[in-house]
Amino acid sequence: MASIETPNIFAPVSTPAFEIRDLSFIVLAITGAIFVIVGGFAVYTLIRFGRRPANPEVEPAQVYGSTQIELAWAIVPLLIVVVLFLVTARYVWGIERRAKPPNALEITVVGNQWWWEVRYPKLGIVTANEIHVPVSDPADPALTFITLQSVDVAHSFWVPQLAGKMDAIPNKTNRVWIEPRRVGTFVGQCAEYCGLQHALMLLVVVVHPKDEFRAWVAAQQTVPAEQTATRAGRELFASLACVNCHSVRGTPGNGVFGPDLTHLMSRSTLGAGAARNTPENLRAWVKDPGALKTGALMPAMKLDDGQLDQLLAYLVTLR
Amino acid sequence: MATIPVPAAAPVEAIETSSPPGLSATLHDWVVTVDHKRLGIMYVVTGLVFLVVGGVEASLMRLQLAWPGLTIVPAETFNRLFTLHGTTMVFLVGIPIVFGFANYLVPLMIGARDLAFPRLNAFGFWILLFGGVLLYFSFLGGDGLYGAGSAPAVGWFAYAPLSERAFTPGNATDYWNLSVLITGFGTIATAINLIATIATMRAPGMSLGRLPVYVWTMLTVSAMTLLILPPLSAAQIMLLLDRFLGAHYFDTQAGGSAIIWQHFFWFFGHPEVYVLMVPGFGFVSEIIPVFSRKVIFGYASLVAATVAIGAVSMSTWAHHMFTVGMGGTLNSFFAASTMLVGVPTGVKIFNWLATLYGGKLRFRIPMLFCCAFLFQFLCAGLTGIMLAVAPFDWQLTDSYFVVAHFHFVLIGGLIFTIFAALYYWFPKATGRMLSERLGRWHFWLFTVGFNVTFLTMHLPGVLGMPRRIYTYQADRGWDILNLVTTLGVPLQALGVLIFVVNVVYSLRHGRPAGDNPWEAWTLEWATTSPPPAYNFAMVPAVTSRRPLWDLQHPDDPDGPHE
Repeated sequence: MASIETPNIFAPVSTPAFEIRDLSFIVLAITGAIFVIVGGFAVYTLIRFGRRPANPEVEPAQVYGSTQIELAWAIVPLLIVVVLFLVTARYVWGIERRAKPPNALEITVVGNQWWWEVRYPKLGIVTANEIHVPVSDPADPALTFITLQSVDVAHSFWVPQLAGKMDAIPNKTNRVWIEPRRVGTFVGQCAEYCGLQHALMLLVVVVHPKDEFRAWVAAQQTVPAEQTATRAGRELFASLACVNCHSVRGTPGNGVFGPDLTHLMSRSTLGAGAARNTPENLRAWVKDPGALKTGALMPAMKLDDGQLDQLLAYLVTLR
Repeated sequence: MATIPVPAAAPVEAIETSSPPGLSATLHDWVVTVDHKRLGIMYVVTGLVFLVVGGVEASLMRLQLAWPGLTIVPAETFNRLFTLHGTTMVFLVGIPIVFGFANYLVPLMIGARDLAFPRLNAFGFWILLFGGVLLYFSFLGGDGLYGAGSAPAVGWFAYAPLSERAFTPGNATDYWNLSVLITGFGTIATAINLIATIATMRAPGMSLGRLPVYVWTMLTVSAMTLLILPPLSAAQIMLLLDRFLGAHYFDTQAGGSAIIWQHFFWFFGHPEVYVLMVPGFGFVSEIIPVFSRKVIFGYASLVAATVAIGAVSMSTWAHHMFTVGMGGTLNSFFAASTMLVGVPTGVKIFNWLATLYGGKLRFRIPMLFCCAFLFQFLCAGLTGIMLAVAPFDWQLTDSYFVVAHFHFVLIGGLIFTIFAALYYWFPKATGRMLSERLGRWHFWLFTVGFNVTFLTMHLPGVLGMPRRIYTYQADRGWDILNLVTTLGVPLQALGVLIFVVNVVYSLRHGRPAGDNPWEAWTLEWATTSPPPAYNFAMVPAVTSRRPLWDLQHPDDPDGPHE
């Protein structure tokens, strides 16, 4: 994977993150001006009246108030609030009311403790923790609409350079859309505390050029060919409890509790960012997931070294 | 001519001092007391002890986050630490200190001899302390029948369904639940007590229009407490029913609603911020005039702003929920109501600045804390405006930016005003002054440490760092910022340590304070320091908002100006 960009909300690559940045500049200008004016007046007051007075025994003039001044400093903030509200409402409705064009890519992202399932219902693809989308350009816009769900507790989908947060809440379906303008890899992670491994629930969005995205789709849609060399591992996989939770298309494995493994080796990390996806780490993960990610819901299967060798030989072919 | 009697030392007191009671007798006196002053001190001391506990928890978390990939604090422990830290700071530090000060000050300020219901007052304190002990007993008892967990690890707002049996077995969450429920009872009792006292026990002449601003703030937040705590208690009971009797209020696996818990919790949780902060405004509104040597500017608008904050803040709660998918209408409504709170809050800041303007400022320790408060609270308010802008909030919420924001409110705002209040009223409660020299060390260390930590903390949030993560990746660009954030911690800790030393030293060796060391004008300064058990030998008659000003300036009393 290319080097990671810091997920800076002020370095957006997609609407609505662009729009949020523009709005935030307006807000920062207003609040900045208030800070300078009010803070400056406070500094001035403290310095000017903080000097040792000539006659400290005499109390200063007592000023009880002034209706005009008090009205003025209530009304001016009120006007600022009205303006700020109108601007805010416009952006809220603009982002939330965005209509879905017929050619938009549809993805369903499902929060799980502690990983993301990523489904492309119209393309027949199921993967995990990595979302692949096409880049959009003004001549040929390509929007992606993401439906958010959760199977267990509340999570929150946040890839700062693409869009603001949206929670994935059980018994509720939320929606977020993106229109990335630049090719690249953008990171995010779960932003709602969801239990023990909330910190290791990472997320990557890979934005491809359009033809590269089509190639990725085609690759994901194929079913890995059976190889005789890995037959022992495949049978071991099918005979153990692996298949209760994991799916590999074209095999008896059709479990749904864990990530789909059909193209396991095409993903860059294990355990939603717990470790890089290398054969050595994969072996360690299968041996004892808890060693790489405490509390991971996948149990250690207590396999001996021979079984691990066979299983790994099979798993690394799932590209 | 004003008619404040200055009470002579009472004979009762002479007897007490002539034969000092033994340790067990003293302890007995404190345990069975129904005196509002002693209960107030016990509340505040309890709050300060828990402040140190919560601070240690925070320090451990900062140690773990100082650099990416550290393993100083394991994941499960880290999650317990932030759960206990949040719960402790809100329910066992903020509430006891705020209501403890009110316990002590309200009767004195309105010329009463005690609160309306002294026994209810004692009940409120002890039930709150019991709730606090229960929370920390979870370390021992949290294992429960299921052998899972020790202290709770659901976060201080315990979002459903993470708080349900399916996701948090064991008894730890139940200890959290019962602790919050029980401390709530104590707080409700105290709120009722304060309202009854302020409504019925004011000294002759102390009309509502002459109440000290601080008493107005307590009246406001007590009324708010009665409106917001019962819904929280109801939600806690519903959660208990879910966990023990198989109800399905928040149990999404069986069709319950995760969102309704959030509404219940934040209907309490947001106004609660104001319940804590508005009394801080009260402290500032008492302290700034005294150290500017001027009457508070615009008493009526300041009081109106206080009540307005209380009223408007009741309808802002769902700004904590801009990302749950409420839709444009609700998002816009709660953005508007949240921004609207900024108006009366701004009015207050202007009132304080206008009070300072033209004054003869005395930068004693209470005033120093108030000055730092002004700037820090201005920052907190402005980042609050940013968070009220719903789309901006979609980026900022649940990130370290929001953590920095509410610490600016609750430390930079509340804790700074509490320190100001402690330096200001310590002489009244003990008869001795706190050391000015140690106080300056405390102030500067704490102010610098606070700003190093929490100004810096805004930035990782802007760079995409979510809150409540026990570790983070080295390649995210958050490392230096987190290191700086952590480096501010020892400065704050040292400041607090100096404060503790100051209190312990000054209790014995502090300069005697006299009745009115700050030349202040409210009624508590008309009696001795510390006040006798009955507060005032004769209930004073009041003719203006500043009874002691009238006494000092018979030629120019306040009354005609009001």
